[in-house]
Amino acid sequence: MLQPNKEHFLPRALTHLERLEAESIHIIREVVAETDKPVMLYSVGKDSAVMLHLAKKAFYPSPPPFPLMHVDTTWKFKAMYELRNRAAEEAGMELIVHQNPEAKERGINPFDHGPLHTDMWKTEGLKQALDMYGFDAAFGGARRDEEKSRAKERIFSFRTASHGWDPKNQRPELWNLYNAKKAKGESIRVFPISNWTELDIWQYIQLEGIEIVPLYFSAPRPTVERDGMLLMVDDERFPLKEGEEPEMRSIRFRTLGCYPLTGAVESEASNLSEVIQEMLLTTTSERQGRAIDKDAGGAGMEKKKQEGYF
Amino acid sequence: MTDIKDEPVYKTDALIEQDIDAYLEKHQHKTMLRFITCGSVDDGKSTLIGRLLYDSKMIFEDQLADLHADSKKMGTQGQEIDFALLVDGLAAEREQGITIDVAYRFFATEKRKFIVADTPGHEQYTRNMVTGASTADLAVILVDARKGVLVQTRRHSYLAHLVGIKHVVLAVNKMDLIDYDRSTFLDIVQDYREFAEEVGIEAFTAIPISGFKGDNITELSDNTPWYSGPTLMDHLESVELSADEDLGKPFRMAVQWVNRPNLDFRGFSGQISGGTIKPGDPVRIVPSGKTTTVKSIVTFDGELDEAQAGQSVTLVLEDEVDVSRGSVIAAADHPPESADQFEATVVWMADEAMLPGRSYWLKCATQTVSCSLQAPKYKVDVNTLDHLAAKTLDLNSIGVTEMVTDKPLTFLPYRDEQGRLNKTMGGFILIDKITNQTVAAGMIHFALRRSQNVHWQAMDITREARADLKNQTPKVLWFTGLSGSGKSTIANLVEKRLHRMNRHSFLLDGDNVRHGLNKDLGFTDADRIENIRRVGEVARLMTDAGLIVVTAFISPFRAERDMVRAMMEESEFVEVYIDTPLAVAEERDVKGLYKKARAGTLKNFTGIDSPYEAPANPEIRIDTTSMTAEEAADRIVEYVLGW
Repeated sequence: MLQPNKEHFLPRALTHLERLEAESIHIIREVVAETDKPVMLYSVGKDSAVMLHLAKKAFYPSPPPFPLMHVDTTWKFKAMYELRNRAAEEAGMELIVHQNPEAKERGINPFDHGPLHTDMWKTEGLKQALDMYGFDAAFGGARRDEEKSRAKERIFSFRTASHGWDPKNQRPELWNLYNAKKAKGESIRVFPISNWTELDIWQYIQLEGIEIVPLYFSAPRPTVERDGMLLMVDDERFPLKEGEEPEMRSIRFRTLGCYPLTGAVESEASNLSEVIQEMLLTTTSERQGRAIDKDAGGAGMEKKKQEGYF
Repeated sequence: MTDIKDEPVYKTDALIEQDIDAYLEKHQHKTMLRFITCGSVDDGKSTLIGRLLYDSKMIFEDQLADLHADSKKMGTQGQEIDFALLVDGLAAEREQGITIDVAYRFFATEKRKFIVADTPGHEQYTRNMVTGASTADLAVILVDARKGVLVQTRRHSYLAHLVGIKHVVLAVNKMDLIDYDRSTFLDIVQDYREFAEEVGIEAFTAIPISGFKGDNITELSDNTPWYSGPTLMDHLESVELSADEDLGKPFRMAVQWVNRPNLDFRGFSGQISGGTIKPGDPVRIVPSGKTTTVKSIVTFDGELDEAQAGQSVTLVLEDEVDVSRGSVIAAADHPPESADQFEATVVWMADEAMLPGRSYWLKCATQTVSCSLQAPKYKVDVNTLDHLAAKTLDLNSIGVTEMVTDKPLTFLPYRDEQGRLNKTMGGFILIDKITNQTVAAGMIHFALRRSQNVHWQAMDITREARADLKNQTPKVLWFTGLSGSGKSTIANLVEKRLHRMNRHSFLLDGDNVRHGLNKDLGFTDADRIENIRRVGEVARLMTDAGLIVVTAFISPFRAERDMVRAMMEESEFVEVYIDTPLAVAEERDVKGLYKKARAGTLKNFTGIDSPYEAPANPEIRIDTTSMTAEEAADRIVEYVLGW
């Protein structure tokens, strides 16, 4: 429960964040009550951090009764791996890390393989992991305000045994009633923070004191500029092109993916208030820093989802 | 007027720049309003939403750049920005230029955060509108000023009222196209008032707007000097929230999950749907009826002194009472009812029509029970509100029906006598047991008292006593298979063998049932289901009498066979699948029926124009292509007698 100000005694109209929190907790509990083997997908980003925090609240004093799973591409920022391991331990949850063995063997990487990188490590990796462990429900931290095709995504998103998503065959969701029934082999992706906006996420992180990856805050970091995107040189695996020289810039990230695919922004915002301020004053939407939406034209994300991407 | 060539200008709260912490403090205490926009594409609905997002600075530069490009490529507004392109997300929709689903949009102003459900307005999308409206506090009903109140306006108003939306805004749109004419506006408002009364809407707010040009959206327009307000945004920011109404109700919480980390802690988790609760408050558990008091309200952030409607909490109770998922913890002096027969309004949402008598899952709050529906008392013509006679409900139709659940359901009327809504404990969904699809949504009116007047007559001679006297174990041998598969032939042989072995049996088949008990039934899907239900009930009475019952019906639907199985005692029901390929059965065609069906003179014939759903796990499967009828009968008898 968010701590209300002393002057705001109950009963009173709940604030929008209190209502969102209560709704998300309700959703997470429904999944645990109605599915056999749920798992929470954890990407180490800010949305994942909020989702994990909500899961802790939903079941307190019990630990969340499901494991956390990171579908790893091996190309995340170092700081993300550090936080991931600590967060799972503090929540008292088992951490499953899955790396697609085929992608590993073939040495798939974002520099040489472009869109295949996301497909092999993330889309295929996720399907493999869900099949391997037999999870029938997977929590994801997607929000409806992120992107146009997400605006129509259900909270309980039904997937066929081959993980396909059919936008024309979604189950109607009325009131706060969710239909979790499914046949053997089929699964559900569940998005408990569907109704949160980027500002809600940031403000909740601030009010609740949730730990996030330091890369969200500005600091001097080695960077190169490519195709109008600022890329951070996180380690020696970053192949510099001829004539490229990493340059120190004061940067931060608005969204965290694989480090060569995620663009940074130049910024001086080094604490949460400043980050929120910058976000509110900024004029580009969050996903712009990610190359993934630009694939396959305007319908990029919708297409990826039909193939099984989150 | 927003021209594509213009540079976008953003209105930001000055406080963001000057004092971000003060801004956040203010934002933290914002309330939230959920609303729905109703109207067809032609009414400018998507344009209005695009406009609200744009005016509240929810459209970013990159999105705007995409929008500029898209407007040029696909827009229908010439050189101006086509806001509708912002909202119609799915690729299929963009191609067809229509909205086919429910999309949720978010924006915030200085006073409130908003969630807009954007749903299609055409009649074939009634289910989408009902879905979007189910969580809304307010409905914006759009009317094209050039066209006035239309049939669709009536439909949208009826649906909004049906799901209990209390605040209705009549947005008379495209005022720019009628030169902001006041008398046209007033005529439309007067027309609508008559509609609204008929539908049951007590009050509404009428606003003349142009979503395209921006008149009276966030600022009062100079083009309508005769209109004194409020603007649409003013109204959205100040209207009363329905969550406030829940606070004044008696306490209720449906239990979602029992929290037991160890032997010392046992808490009950759920979201409070009505009233407030404090430690020490007396509560009653429904349906058990046990009373106790609340010991503590446990949360991650510490124990609470009080909790209220809308919050998700975990309650610890003073006494060890039986509480599980589906139980309702309620104020001791105001418990909700439990009943197993109801009248309800049902909105059908699946392509496959409702089948009266078929068993569906019903989910209400945290309870899931089996339920079946009667043929509707009537269905509602959503355009004229006329009550029409109906035997079933098909996609997008709305009707009133009686329903029966297999065990008592704890509920509250969706709309009580004071007109207050109980969405959580009065709304339900129906789920198909085979496809698992959500096929309908419903709103409970009241419990039917009839059920309480039929009492079971306790009998001194038990079914066990009767079976013992016959020295046999009652069974139902349920044969299923295509017409001409050999069901009757094998069933007859089985009965003869049983008779020879002094077993008391009875064969129910089409001949002795269709000519008497079920002579009022035809061969539609609904009648087939009722046929099977009656046979099932008769078979059950016969097993009570101690008999071994043999039935031989095509019984093509899995759901009905499962329904009959559920009527019987554990292991009493033996499903015998006479597995004969269609080609073989058709080749035999003993009664010449396949020939008629192929010629089209016999309709709804299983295997030809009506489906046969083969059993997934029958107790006995007889492959008639690899054994004779005699061999099959021997095998079945062996199974029944446990040899």
